[in-house]
Amino acid sequence: MTAIEAPTVPGGAPASAPRVTRARTGIIAVAVLVVLAAAPFMLAPFATTTLTRVLVFALFAVSLDLLVGVTGLPSLGHAAYLGAGAYAAGWVSINVTAEAPVPLLVGAGFGALAAALTGWVTVRSHGVFFLMLTLAIGETLQQLADTWETVTGGANGLTGIPAVRLAGTPLANAGFTYWYVLAVGVIGFALVVMVARSPFGAALRGIRDNEPRMRALGYSTARYKYAVIVMAGAVAGLAGALLVAQQRLVTPADMGFATASFALLAVIIGGAGSLWGACLGAALVIIIRDALGPSLDGHGTLVLGIVFVLVVYLLPRGAAGLRIYRRRR
Amino acid sequence: MLVSVLNGFSVGFLLFVLAVGLSIVFGMMDVLNLAHGALFLCGAYLGATFAGGWGGFLGALGLAAVFGLVGGGLLSLMTEPLRKRSHLDQALLTLGVALVAAEVLAIVFGDDPLSVAAPPGLNDSVQVFGVSYPTYRLVIIGVGAVLALAVYLVVERTRLGALVRATVADREMVSVLGVDNRLVKAAVFAIGSVLATTAGVLGGPIYGARPGLDATVLILALVVVVIGGLGSVRGALIGALIIGQVDIVGKYLLPDLSSFILFAALALVLVLRPQGLFGGPVGTAGAR
Repeated sequence: MTAIEAPTVPGGAPASAPRVTRARTGIIAVAVLVVLAAAPFMLAPFATTTLTRVLVFALFAVSLDLLVGVTGLPSLGHAAYLGAGAYAAGWVSINVTAEAPVPLLVGAGFGALAAALTGWVTVRSHGVFFLMLTLAIGETLQQLADTWETVTGGANGLTGIPAVRLAGTPLANAGFTYWYVLAVGVIGFALVVMVARSPFGAALRGIRDNEPRMRALGYSTARYKYAVIVMAGAVAGLAGALLVAQQRLVTPADMGFATASFALLAVIIGGAGSLWGACLGAALVIIIRDALGPSLDGHGTLVLGIVFVLVVYLLPRGAAGLRIYRRRR
Repeated sequence: MLVSVLNGFSVGFLLFVLAVGLSIVFGMMDVLNLAHGALFLCGAYLGATFAGGWGGFLGALGLAAVFGLVGGGLLSLMTEPLRKRSHLDQALLTLGVALVAAEVLAIVFGDDPLSVAAPPGLNDSVQVFGVSYPTYRLVIIGVGAVLALAVYLVVERTRLGALVRATVADREMVSVLGVDNRLVKAAVFAIGSVLATTAGVLGGPIYGARPGLDATVLILALVVVVIGGLGSVRGALIGALIIGQVDIVGKYLLPDLSSFILFAALALVLVLRPQGLFGGPVGTAGAR
């Protein structure tokens, strides 16, 4: 991919979009938010819970998209940072306090810490090699969660996590939990969008499009990559804190190979680099896995695997790429 | 301690059989085959199905070879339309295939872990330096060493091996010389897959067969390939023996945190020699 192609990549140059488009995007964003906020009034509790899971997974997918789409670093180990945040938030909720901002901050902090401790190994690599290293790192972290029973509860997971408390009151029902997840998810999403649109984000896209050239221009690309890996880890940890707020349980399976591949699938379905697309991809993944899964005898993974193969063949730029592609013709 | 070291060797040789196929396919064609672990698991389930006698064991080995040939050929065919696209797309395709394959295996064989008995005559223990040790694991060390030698001789001493090494070194030049790249790729893919399914049958009595095993062995194989260097048979052997020891001795010394030791070994090699112990120059290691 050359630098000249760059602006056609979805989300590549949002700042320079014409004013009409930007206004329209703003209206759509507000409308989506209103519909999402009103959803618990219209849906059954089970559907609300599913939608909560969609939001959690969407935030996770967006944090992965910061690596995959914006910086061009395909990661298969990102679920490990989600898991680090989830375990940390769960542990704090059980042993210290479940009062609202604390589990979130601890989750994001531990996500960032786990990324900082492991990410430096990968910064000199890119492409398939990066994919391979992150896969190995993610899996070793998962095994750590599996074997370190005194802290993580081993294969049974960390159980008995109390509900999040907001100003002393626990969030007892699915609707309140949903709004909590929505509020935090929107903040997380906004943070990622801000990073992607900042000059720092522009440098990241430069690394994606032509790393040797960025290096020649005097950018320390390894340092930029390390910074974005830690940031993405923090947002993934935040998503992990939301995950325990919703399911009140975290097991090693939550941070495994399957979770990491589904997040990557969500990003690719949405079109790498399109943060909105990643949210839609996450919705599709969770609906197939959690809502349709039971009617498929628990084999939603099979359907997702087939979807994965089809997407790779048919949608090289993801769903968000379809529109762009047509317009260019 | 001696038992741990011996265990490390048996796991190491098993890992070599698994990893060398991954290493050569990746080194040659830049296709990272993430379905490699699923092929191993396929072999393990075949072994579990036919376990019992020598007939069943050898039959499982034969069937595993057929499965490997067909599976490798299919994977090679499936990645062919993506040849013009990025290597990442090919890796993602094999990831999708791996998910489907693991799920199909779970549907066919159920979610419960299966244990596999070693063939009769090998399922007891012998005395090694005064310690009783399972015979089967000693046999694995022997079989692994023979396979390692065979792969080494084929790659280093035959015409096909020369072609493989030439393709690792300079793919364009080999195709300019009139060799059909696709055939070489399909052949190497098939052989690599046969090695993976064979490792699955051989590893059955050690690892058993269970859902999730595919990811576990895939990671070990990837770490071996990273440590040993891409496309190098010698590297895969040394890497596999190191990781076998690190994994087993690590579990013996620090049972809770053994995965940290694996990570530490990986990180250490990447810091000191980013291209792996026996890899080529740095530029070729990162798949461009």
